[in-house]
Amino acid sequence: MAAQTLFDKIWESHVVRAEPDGTTLLYIDRQLVHEVTSPQAFEGLKLSGRRPRRPGATLAVPDHNVPTTDRTVGIADPLSAKQIQTLEENCRDFGITLFGMNDIRQGVVHVIGPEQGFTLPGTTIVCGDSHTSTHGAFGALAFGIGTSEVEHVLATQCLVQTRPKTMEVRVDGVLSTLCSAKDVILAIIGKIGTAGGTGYVIEYTGSAIRALSMEGRMTLCNMSIEAGARAGMVAPDEHTIAYIKGRPLAPKGALFEQAVQAWQQLKTDADARYDMTVTMRAEDIAPQVSWGTSPGMVTGIDQRVPDPRTITDENQRQSTARALEYMGLTPNMPITDIKIDTVFIGSCTNSRIEDLRLAANLAKGKSVATGVRAMVVPGSGLVKQQAEQEGLDRLFKEAGFEWREAGCSMCLAMNADVLQPGERCASTSNRNFEGRQGAGGRTHLVSPAMAVAAAVEGHFVDIRTWK
Amino acid sequence: MQAFTTLTGLVAPLDRVNVDTDQIIPKQFLKTIKRTGLREGLFYDWRKQKDGSQDPAFFLNQPRFQGATILLTRDNFGCGSSREHAPWALLDQGFRCIIASSFADIFYNNCFQNGILPVVLKADVVLAMMKDVLATPGYQLTVDLGNQTVTTPDGTSSRFEIDPFRKDCLYRGLDAIGLTLQHEATITSYEARRKSEAPWLFVDLRA
Repeated sequence: MAAQTLFDKIWESHVVRAEPDGTTLLYIDRQLVHEVTSPQAFEGLKLSGRRPRRPGATLAVPDHNVPTTDRTVGIADPLSAKQIQTLEENCRDFGITLFGMNDIRQGVVHVIGPEQGFTLPGTTIVCGDSHTSTHGAFGALAFGIGTSEVEHVLATQCLVQTRPKTMEVRVDGVLSTLCSAKDVILAIIGKIGTAGGTGYVIEYTGSAIRALSMEGRMTLCNMSIEAGARAGMVAPDEHTIAYIKGRPLAPKGALFEQAVQAWQQLKTDADARYDMTVTMRAEDIAPQVSWGTSPGMVTGIDQRVPDPRTITDENQRQSTARALEYMGLTPNMPITDIKIDTVFIGSCTNSRIEDLRLAANLAKGKSVATGVRAMVVPGSGLVKQQAEQEGLDRLFKEAGFEWREAGCSMCLAMNADVLQPGERCASTSNRNFEGRQGAGGRTHLVSPAMAVAAAVEGHFVDIRTWK
Repeated sequence: MQAFTTLTGLVAPLDRVNVDTDQIIPKQFLKTIKRTGLREGLFYDWRKQKDGSQDPAFFLNQPRFQGATILLTRDNFGCGSSREHAPWALLDQGFRCIIASSFADIFYNNCFQNGILPVVLKADVVLAMMKDVLATPGYQLTVDLGNQTVTTPDGTSSRFEIDPFRKDCLYRGLDAIGLTLQHEATITSYEARRKSEAPWLFVDLRA
């Protein structure tokens, strides 16, 4: 058999049938569902009289709209409340497992999948959410879909797909102190651009990737979509298997042993070819800060805001000038001179226990700068519980951070956690689009470590030398 | 789904790159549980000026582009969030075809699910059309899915590529789920084979 990439192996094992032009009916092992992109899919099933083919292959959770404050008082916004109630009704009507808003297992859909052992190597996983790419950290083929396709998977457990190309992003070397997976992925997006991965599935390889924890790999794969790639993946290894073992939805006993044997085959063959390869050195990656309104508008903390006048490409010059105007930044100002109003630590990118441990320990004994509002939103109820058992909540609160309930929160501000016009936020989330965190709000994407340092100093600082 | 064969229509210009789905339809409009009525949210923040009034410079607010059925735009249109509310809102506004120099993958897929034809043309062709649209009131294009061409008012045609399967589904307005269900026996036999190879994938999550 010809040498195959990790992607090839997963794709081939999920082909149900192929059209003459290569269009493939691809089997989907598992689907995650949340309240925002599913109501119309369930409505479609009802209207057509169809039932889910395998309700036991789907897991649902509300996350986008949930309040991150006291939930015993309910949801103030009637539209948000209605959407969550609709999810509950649909799950009941169609027999789908739901972790409700007051379930300790509730959380951001891309945090709870791995946490529960739902996310497994070699599987195809979809969700009506572009950050489904997160699950590729386990060597799964995981990608976001639209609501019509959510309905398609519910009804058929399949999707019609055209085969993507493969891109290897190889990062070798050792990351600098406190540089993280977030800095790696931001640097990759800065290098290849927000459409650089369009049409590709990325496999991340190299010694710096191997050295990442599972949570770091999730951060990395999470933002593959911000490079235009629908999916990113890391081949499973002993870290992957150790992470999965014993989780509630993971296979048990002999079935687990059988699965592990199969997972150990899930790697790119030595002589397999990718359609494209990009390489980087870990040592070259400085802590990253986005300065614009697209994740590719990013630079190192030791750099300056770009000057549109020095950009020769007309399109790039115009979009840079427009971004700087929206962001209220002056060309050539040092990144470290950018003052912030708000800090958000959370989202499917950076809200897991390791993120919170690191952030809390950096915040220990420090104080959030005067005039800065800083909030921490754990990725799930279980992450929150774990953090509290470790006393991380106390470290955050003593430093002046707000400690909240789990959800998507200010990553996209569908709940009450919203930036005001002109407010500037250091955010550990994934998108700095105009208005993403609130109309007129200004988002700078950073790692959790960089967010803590910015909260304390009131402006961005180089975490590598921060005391 | 509504079929798409040929369309001759007024063209509206959105001369920007990297238009993300958060801009096409901001989050506050995602709280709906319906597919319809999303027109009011389309480009909501870009339609307004800082004081909240309508921005007369934005194309959707200009009388000359009312009734447009073709949207002409630039690189990487529809990037970001997978929200299908973006094509729903464009469709609700009356757009049946979007021409761009490139699209983000998920948005491109979502268009086909809703009877919208996304057309990729070369960047220089798009730029030339953009100039003509702005300079020519009433500028129309003819999009012919069968022949895979876009024709300008002076008769110049540009060919575009599209997967044959997608083309056929859109051309005939086929129900995608219905098509897949025609292969139910194949799906069932796949599942049986797969279950013997990888039984852990078939553990019921409800158990």
